[in-house]
Parts: sequence; structure tokens; C-alpha cells
Amino acid sequence: MNYEAVIGLEVHAELLTKTKIFCNCTTEFGGEPNTHVCPVCLGLPGTLPVLNKKVVEYAVKAGLALNCEISKFSKMDRKNYFYPDLPKAYQISQYDLPLCKNGYVEIETSDGVKKKIGLTRIHIEEDAGKLMHENVDGSLVDYNRTGVPLIEIVSEPDMRTPEEAYLYLTKLKSVLEYSEVSDCKMQEGSLRVDTNVSVRPVGSKEFGTKIELKNLNSFKAVQKALEYEIKRQIKLLENGETIVQETRRWNEQKGITEAMRSKEEAHDYRYFPDPDLVPIIVSDEWKEEIRKSLPEMPEHKKERFVAQYGIPEYDASVITASKPLADFFEKCVLEYSSAKTVSNWIMGEMMRLLKETGKEVEEVLIKPHQMASLLNLIDNGTITGSIAKTVFEEMFATGKNPEEIVDEKGLKQLSNEDELRKIALKVIEDNPKSVEDYKNGKDKAIGFLVGQIMKATKGKANPQLANKILLEELSK
Amino acid sequence: MELHELKIHELNDLLKKKEVSAVDVTKAYLKRINEVEPKVDALICKTEDFALKKAEEADKMIKDGNINDLTGIPVIIKDNMCTENIRTTCASKMLEDFVPPYNATVVENLNSLGAVMVGKANLDEFAMGSSTENSAFKTTKNPWDLERVPGGSSGGSAASVAADECAFSLGSDTGGSIRQPASLCGVVGMKPTYGLVSRYGLVAFASSLDQIGPITKDVTDCAIVLNAIAGHDPKDSTSVDKMRKKDYKEFLKEDIKGMKIGYAKEFFRQGLDEGVKRSIEASLKIFEELGAEIREVSLKYIDYALAAYYIVSSAEASSNLARYDGIRYGYAAEKYEDLIDMYMVSRSEGFGKEVKRRIMLGTYALSSGYYDAYYNKALKVRTLIKQDYEKAFQNVDVIVGPTSPTVAFKIGERVEDPLAMYLADVYTVPVNIAGLPGLSMPCGLSDGLPVGLQIVGKHFDEGTILNAAYAFEKALSFTAKPSFKGGAR
Repeated sequence: MNYEAVIGLEVHAELLTKTKIFCNCTTEFGGEPNTHVCPVCLGLPGTLPVLNKKVVEYAVKAGLALNCEISKFSKMDRKNYFYPDLPKAYQISQYDLPLCKNGYVEIETSDGVKKKIGLTRIHIEEDAGKLMHENVDGSLVDYNRTGVPLIEIVSEPDMRTPEEAYLYLTKLKSVLEYSEVSDCKMQEGSLRVDTNVSVRPVGSKEFGTKIELKNLNSFKAVQKALEYEIKRQIKLLENGETIVQETRRWNEQKGITEAMRSKEEAHDYRYFPDPDLVPIIVSDEWKEEIRKSLPEMPEHKKERFVAQYGIPEYDASVITASKPLADFFEKCVLEYSSAKTVSNWIMGEMMRLLKETGKEVEEVLIKPHQMASLLNLIDNGTITGSIAKTVFEEMFATGKNPEEIVDEKGLKQLSNEDELRKIALKVIEDNPKSVEDYKNGKDKAIGFLVGQIMKATKGKANPQLANKILLEELSK
Repeated sequence: MELHELKIHELNDLLKKKEVSAVDVTKAYLKRINEVEPKVDALICKTEDFALKKAEEADKMIKDGNINDLTGIPVIIKDNMCTENIRTTCASKMLEDFVPPYNATVVENLNSLGAVMVGKANLDEFAMGSSTENSAFKTTKNPWDLERVPGGSSGGSAASVAADECAFSLGSDTGGSIRQPASLCGVVGMKPTYGLVSRYGLVAFASSLDQIGPITKDVTDCAIVLNAIAGHDPKDSTSVDKMRKKDYKEFLKEDIKGMKIGYAKEFFRQGLDEGVKRSIEASLKIFEELGAEIREVSLKYIDYALAAYYIVSSAEASSNLARYDGIRYGYAAEKYEDLIDMYMVSRSEGFGKEVKRRIMLGTYALSSGYYDAYYNKALKVRTLIKQDYEKAFQNVDVIVGPTSPTVAFKIGERVEDPLAMYLADVYTVPVNIAGLPGLSMPCGLSDGLPVGLQIVGKHFDEGTILNAAYAFEKALSFTAKPSFKGGAR
């Protein structure tokens, strides 16, 4: 029997408001433990929450960017449970009347198929604190994060493969970054992902028993965990076993999912409307005002890049997938006129290094004007294209100016004819076979010989000049 | 007359004329507290040093010509309102050592006017009860008969006013906690419209019902204190906008000719003490003689009010009191096995019996599977009761009736019977359910104990209530004072 997976995702994103959702404490990440706190976010007796209007505005912004309906009337509810990181022993969230609902995200799979992934809802809520277990007897709690505003984005169970889940997350992150409501930094916990997955025979309309997966620290981890989990579930079914509804934890080291808690242990959160807060009313006027404040979204930016800079559609879609990357591109193009060259460098070297180092675009040390300088150094013949790649790596690692790197490491292009001729003669002498091939009409052999000159000069030789000298010497 | 016997407006006259200083007044009250407190037990703490410092500041205000209605006036605050750097216990072992780093908004208001806090009043633990017998620390005695309860939960606040330990006090009222003790202690107590007074800094019992209000020696003082504490507070989302606040002293007029006064027939049925009934009927006559028109109204769903109230208030309380887990502040278990055990031991030992009863009741009512049958149904009843009142108020300006079905009952009499205790609030609870303003004032004696008359008004129409109450007060001239009789000490 053939099986298919049914995947739904719950994403928590911290909003970029300056202050917390119900008090005036800063939302800044880090800080000495328990310094970004006040009686209200600590839930001291008698204190009351007052909803930060910006939180509603940002969440509506996200909702509009994700094609949601915005509720004219919504309310805050209490989700009751005991845990040391939750000072009131309830989280103020939204239960049956979320701020946004019925949205979608459009993804394009690797075989070019476009697919809409439905969004059930987006609601606002407060974040909890953080427990620290390291180097102490017992546990410590840091309440700095308590009350930082979150949106929870719940998808429909519309994804069928781990790849679709990965693409959905990438797209969602891009839209949230674009709309400037969240910085989506997974390493700082400002974006967190839980996923539900079940399997069923292809063609079946009913859902299988779902498993919730936790501890997913990157989009790749989501994809890998899903791949593992789907195989695990199919195997169980094939062996005639039943799947028990439970929450499982992704173990990154072992590459497996492990049981965490079963449905029986699930909480009864006893949701009820928070009597300390009044309903949230979003008027049409306010909604339209927020809509107007929305920055350019990825699709529009992509189209504009193609029209304005004349880069291929493929390049535009790769670059605009990430707002910081698109911003970097546009700043470079302001300083350097050939947009296609810039996009080649971003899509080639820069993305390769980002992937290798695991860095975020925001962390890249290279400034757009330095990028432009580097490209100018190639154009005016100071360095070769291949040397430029070395320089770029150094810039990526240190943030130094390209001129400085070229000077320090002596990477200037070798354009001295006499020097190059000496090297060319040595190469001809050392490679009689290739010389003979060339003379027998194998034009390709010239490429090999030029390569040998580049090798001998560690890439610094001016390739055109090297070519010219070789041809001269070989025709003698 | 002794200073401690005076009303706010009388003290204010003396202070204005500089016949006495705020320090004189404060010392007189501190002395009075020392004299009667051993009999009454109205206070959880006396704030002597703080009071003398505040009195000096008040004298400076007076010297600078900045005297207002409350400058230099001694006040006692119910111990569930946060006072900066002064212990706020809620009469619970759980918060026995809790010192808030902030003031409740009402406390800020009083401080800025120069009022002088001389102590913090006893109450039923977390304001849950009708007698102060649920206090973890002491039971307050009724100054009219020391073997009887002062009512609750603001029993300490009401008794302290009746015993002249302060010129006025603040109480909080969730289901009658200001009006019922005011009734039993023969003083004036008002629960304003929900939202008129900020709840910021009032330790929450049931957020959708809690409201702070004044307990005073007469109606004029009630208006004065209401002026000081009413108004919008940006720290409380449920507090109303500025436009709703009025100058309540303007309503202190004797003329109520043509005022339409309703009485609910449902309030005069079984369970109402004969003596109380007689006083209330006599009160209606007085209103009639003053030129008011008496009309019968009907509150059809009133019988369901108490049940709905205990579900809604307990549900909210179960959530509001969940934060007392022994981790950050408050009572913490010394011995425990693990996290869950620490929660359980801390909460089992830190909370009293009635608080635990209500937490369990509320948790149950909100549990999945029961939510619709209890909590949702209670909300529906709430809507029906609101509609009852709206309909009644189409024909009348205020509704009067008894505050409590009985006069003060004996200490210990109802401790073992929670349902009998809950019945003490049968006439006050519907007013909270509907969010309306209500006032209780003495209207006579029954067996030598004060009877309270409740006057309920339309939303934000405290003015009309005060008008009716003022006229009634002038016509009745209730002058009896407590005797401090009985009691072991």
C-alpha cells in the first residue's frame, strides 16, 4: 500500500514591538536575567495587563501580509496551567476568537508546482520566561522574556511532504521579515516551530492519528524530523501496529524522534475570557491604515527587480526570498551598475558561504560599498575573477576592505608581459603532450595550458594576457 | 465631641480653620485605635510611623494653602489593596510576608490628596466570606455586639469606621463585601458601578465583579471619598473614561420630590428577617413622605443570581489565585518531593478552607466537559439579570430594599454551613452581577442591631443614589452608636 503524510505546522513568532504586550518593559533580547521585568509582567498581586496597541497593529499587519481575514471583534482568553516560567500561572492568549483567520501561503515545489497552504488562524499571546538548569543546584528562572508579544500562526493540514513543510516555513519567514513584524531569528527563539504529522493510505479522506513534534531548532530539522517520523509511522502501520497519539521530541544528534508525553497527560487549559481586558475592535479604517503601511512583499519585489534591474526571473526569486538578502542586493546595485554581476555573486559565493557557515544575512560583515569595490577591482584588472573569490571569502570572514586584502596578501593581477612569458615558456616545456595536442588541432589543450599558468601564479595571472602570450609562443 | 467621632467634612472644617492640626487628628485616632482595637480586632496592622509622617506632610499642605476634602483625614485600607513597602496580606497565610513594591491606584489617589493611612483592615481571606471568620489571622468583632460578626469580607473596614478607629475606610465588594458589613455595622458603604474606580493594585478575587468603594459615617462623606477615588486609570483597561466621573457632592440634596423609587417584590419573601423587613417597610414610608413615588418592580431571575455568582466568581478566582505557587513570593513549602509536590504542599498549607473550596469549585466549573453546563450557563444568567434590571430601570430611578436578610449573626454560627453563609449576600450579589452601583446605609435597629437599607441605581448613576440617600439620612437622623457590649475581653 502507498501512504501519504498529512502535515500541519504551528509557528510562534515574536513581534518586533519595542515594549512588551501588557506593560512597558523592553522586549530586547538578552540582558542580565530578570532586569527587563516589572510588577505587571511578573504578575504580582493586584497588577493588571493593558494591551499594547502596537501588538495588535503588528499582528494585523502579519495577517494582511498572509492573506488573512481580520476579525473586527476578538478577545483575549486565559490559558491556565502551572509552570515556573509562567508567573500568573496562566498565559494570556486568544482562544475561540483569534485576531486573524483563513489566510494562505503560496509555495512552489522543486518540480515547479504552485500550491496554496491554508492558514487556519493567527492569534496574539504573551511569551513565557526561560528556565535555566545549567551550573546550578535546582533550576533558575529568567522572566525577561515573559510578556514579549507573540503571534501563533496555525496552518491547515495542507502539506504532504517534508519538502512542502520546509518551503512553507521559508516562505512564511520571508513574509514575516518583509512585513517587518518579526526578525524570525530561530537561534534567539524569536521563531519557533511545532509540527503535527500523520500518515494515511493514498486516496483516503480520513486523517490518521497525529503526532506532535517538538524541539525543532531549524527548518532543516523540521524537514529531517518529518522524514524520520513519516517513515516510522508507515513502518508501524505496515507491521499492523497502531499509532498512539502523543508528543514526540526530535533528537538532533541521534536523528530520531523520541516519545515525550501521551494524550492522557495532556493539559486541560480551562480557557475562559480574561476579565481584566476588554475586547479588541479593529475598525475598517484602522485595518486600511495598517494595510497601507505594509512594505513591498516578495512577489512584488521580485517583479520589480526583473523590470528595474533586468535580472532573470530566477535570480530575482532567489534573492527576494529573503528580505535582508534583497536589501543587500539593492544597496550593492546602487554602488555598482551591473545588476547581473551582483546577483551572480550573491547567488554564488555569498549564498555558498552563508550555507557553509550557517550565518544569517544580517550577520554578514561585508558592506554593499565593499562589494562594489571588489567588483570594480576585477573590472579595472587589478585582480582576476578567481582571486576575487579568495578576497570575497576573506571579506566575509573579517569585514575588511577588498583593497586592503589585495595589498596585504599581494593578490594583484600579474600583467607584466616579460614575467608571464617566462612562466609560459616553462609551462610549454613541462607539458609537451599538450603542446603536441594543440599543434595537432586540439584547441582545447590551450585551456589546460592557461590553467597551468594560473596554477603557477596562484591565480594572479591576467588570463587574457596569458592566453595571448601562449598563442604567440606556440605559433613560433 | 471627641475628634475620632467626627465625620470627614467636620474634621475638614476644623483643619481648614486651623483649630487642629493633621498631627493632632492622627494622634487622636491612633489613641482611639489603641483603646478599642483589643475589643474589635478590626486591623491586621496599625501604620503608626507612616501615619505620623503623612500627617506632617498634610500639615505642610494645609500651611501652603493646599487643603482639600481629604487632607489630614485618617483612613484605614482593606488589606487586599497594595501599599508600597507596607505588608499587604489579604488575611492569608499565603501572603503573610508580602510587601508590594507599588501602591494601588486608589492608595495613590488618597496619598496625593494628603489622606493619612493609620492602618490596614482585616478581611475574609482574599475577600472570600461574609463574616471575617475566614481571615487567617483574626476574627473581627461587631462593635454593636462583640459576640457577633461585623459582616464581610470588608468586615475590618466597616467595624473600624463604626468603632471610630478612622474617619473612613476603603473596602472592596465582589458580591456584597462593602454593603453587607456596612449594613451589619451601621455605617454607609458604597459599591460604585463596575469600572468607575480603578482596580489596579486591588488583589484580584473575581476580576469581572471586584470593585473598590468607600465606607463612611455618613452620606456626605461617601460622596467626598467617591470623588477622590473615581475616574479613569490607564493601568486598568476596565476602568471607564473620564467623562463618566462627576462631582458627587453636587448630588447631596434633600429634595427627592417625584423621584421614582422601586422595590423588588422578590426581596420581601421568605428568609427575610421580620425586624429587617419592618425597618425597610418603614424606610419606604419615609421616602413616600419625602415626595418620592414608590413603585413595585420585578426581578424575575434573581433566584439564580447567587448560583451564577458562585460559579463566575469562583471560576475567576481559581485562575486569579493560581499565581500563588510558592515560587517567587508568598508562602512556600519547606519540604517537597518535586515541582508538582511543591505546588501542592505550598497551596494546601498556604490557603485556608474557604479559599480552597472556591478554587476547587471554580476549577471544576471551567473544566472541559463542564464549561458549557456551568460557566457558560452562569454567563447567560448574568445577561438575564442585567436585562431584569434594565427593564426595571425603565420605570424607576433607584431600587431600594434590604442589604442583608438578617442583622449581624453570632460568631461561629454559620462557619460550618457555607450555604447559610452564602445567603448573607443574596440581596447584594445581583448588583455585582449586573455591574450596577449600590449603597447601604443604616435605616433603623432590630434587637438593638443596625439594619441596612440598600439603594441600587443605574449604571454610573451614583448621583441619584447619593441624592436619595442624603434625603433619607436627613429625614431619619439615625444617631445610635455602637455599645461595644459583650465579648470575652
